[in-house]
Amino acid sequence: MLNFLAKLFRQETLDIILPATWQTLYMVLVATPITIFFGLLFGISLYITDKNGLYPIPIFNKTFGAVINAVLALPSMIVIILALPISKFIVGVSYGPKACIIALTIVCTPIFSRLVESSILEVSKGKIEAAKSMGASTCDIIFKVMLPEALPTLIRNFIVLTITLISITAIAGTFGAGGLGEVAVRFGYHRFKIDILLVAVLVLLVLVESLQFLGDRLSKRILKKRHLI
Amino acid sequence: MAVPFIEIKNVFKIFTSHKQEFEVLKGINLDIEKGDIFGIVGFSGAGKSTLIRCINGLETISSGSIRVGKYQINKLAKKDVNIYRQKIGMVFQHFNLFDSRTVYGNVSFPLEIATKKKEEIHNRVLKILDLVGIVNKKDFYPGQLSGGQKQRVGIARALANHPSILLSDEATSALDPVTSMSVLDLLKDINKKLGLTIILITHSLDVVKYTCKNMAVLENGIIAEKGSVKKIFENPQSTTAKVFIKHNAHLSNPYLSGEEVC
Ligand SMILES: Nc1ncnc2c1ncn2[C@@H]1O[C@H](COP(=O)(O)OP(=O)(O)OP(=O)(O)O)[C@@H](O)[C@H]1O
Ligand SMILES: [Mg+2]
Repeated sequence: MLNFLAKLFRQETLDIILPATWQTLYMVLVATPITIFFGLLFGISLYITDKNGLYPIPIFNKTFGAVINAVLALPSMIVIILALPISKFIVGVSYGPKACIIALTIVCTPIFSRLVESSILEVSKGKIEAAKSMGASTCDIIFKVMLPEALPTLIRNFIVLTITLISITAIAGTFGAGGLGEVAVRFGYHRFKIDILLVAVLVLLVLVESLQFLGDRLSKRILKKRHLI
Repeated sequence: MAVPFIEIKNVFKIFTSHKQEFEVLKGINLDIEKGDIFGIVGFSGAGKSTLIRCINGLETISSGSIRVGKYQINKLAKKDVNIYRQKIGMVFQHFNLFDSRTVYGNVSFPLEIATKKKEEIHNRVLKILDLVGIVNKKDFYPGQLSGGQKQRVGIARALANHPSILLSDEATSALDPVTSMSVLDLLKDINKKLGLTIILITHSLDVVKYTCKNMAVLENGIIAEKGSVKKIFENPQSTTAKVFIKHNAHLSNPYLSGEEVC
């Protein structure tokens, strides 16, 4: 067994895997905060502009919802291809890590927006109404009630987002940003180097599992502190 | 006679859902004096919650007028609505406490949004928690409290920012009779100590009898009867009141026997 592992993680493999791991982490680390920012912004907008929301603008809500659904409905690959010219416009290139980060953000923001929306929809109407009855402004309701109340669910969804981002780097990676997914495709699929494929998948698995573990822990800790479980 | 503190005049409320119109309040007229504990009773669906929600503007009335003190609710500018609401406390059947905040944090919430100073908030929160008898639980989360304790926090939160009215929508319906009594005692106590006007919705005539001075009976969106609690209990006129009082006779609450009508 040890022998097998030593063979699997031999130097040539590591020389390929380590930079790829770094590339994946780089893309995820940069894309995550951007996606979270826009996801929160869009998710909250969707929630409050609903016709029964805190600040109803039904026309905006319908149109914006439709745009988000449209991006969601397209296969990620297509969205990335469509996003590359946008990347060119924003960062000046349509190839490489920067362009891929923008493409990733565009793919994942709609997903996270809907996750944020559904997280805050879970906050009971009664709590929002209590805040309203005390004369809280929409802003107070968002930042002092909705987000703190939804925090445990938001953290879980935040992990779902990060994991989704990792998996989509595999597609985006083929446009010059590299990363573990790209390595898996290049060596495992095109060159039948099963060992490299295996190591790439193992590293991805460890990344995803540890994120999930951390997220679960954090979310549970908050629920415990609030005595909700 | 002096002008009443709360004046509800010919209020109509129409809900539209699925292109259909539901007339829920059909010309409500009510005057409520300052310092009163005013009960509103009626069957489920009579429109009690809707009426009380119109008073703090959670619902907008379709026609008529509501005046509370110097505020003409139906003519309030949008920016004044929140300022007005900050002066009206509301207590809910299911408490609606914020699970993300401790008891202390729940009670400080209305003061935070009214942008009071930190020190002032601190003193006020401790004082009000003391008043409702729950100061020893200040660092607990709502998840750690019993129903009765939760409602005390709910009341403390409603009182924090020195409201002139307290609206209570079935505040004791989720509590057992003894706990319910202690919460009602608290409301009476607050009414006496702070001179607060309380409007109290309930299904239970026991509650009205025990707590209120005046009352109104709501029947299908119409005030079927209003007056002093004593008068209505002695000589009920409306069907609702008669049915309620008749049912009450054999549902009488042992804790309330011998209590004087206030
Ligand atoms: N947002 C709404 N849209 C449509 N109809 C509504 C709405 N809110 C309340 N109603 C209707 O108004 C009527 C009165 O409701 P309300 O909640 O005021 O009754 P209630 O007297 O408080 O009843 P309960 O004792 O059960 O709480 C009900 O028939 C209800 O269906
Ligand atoms: Mg009701």
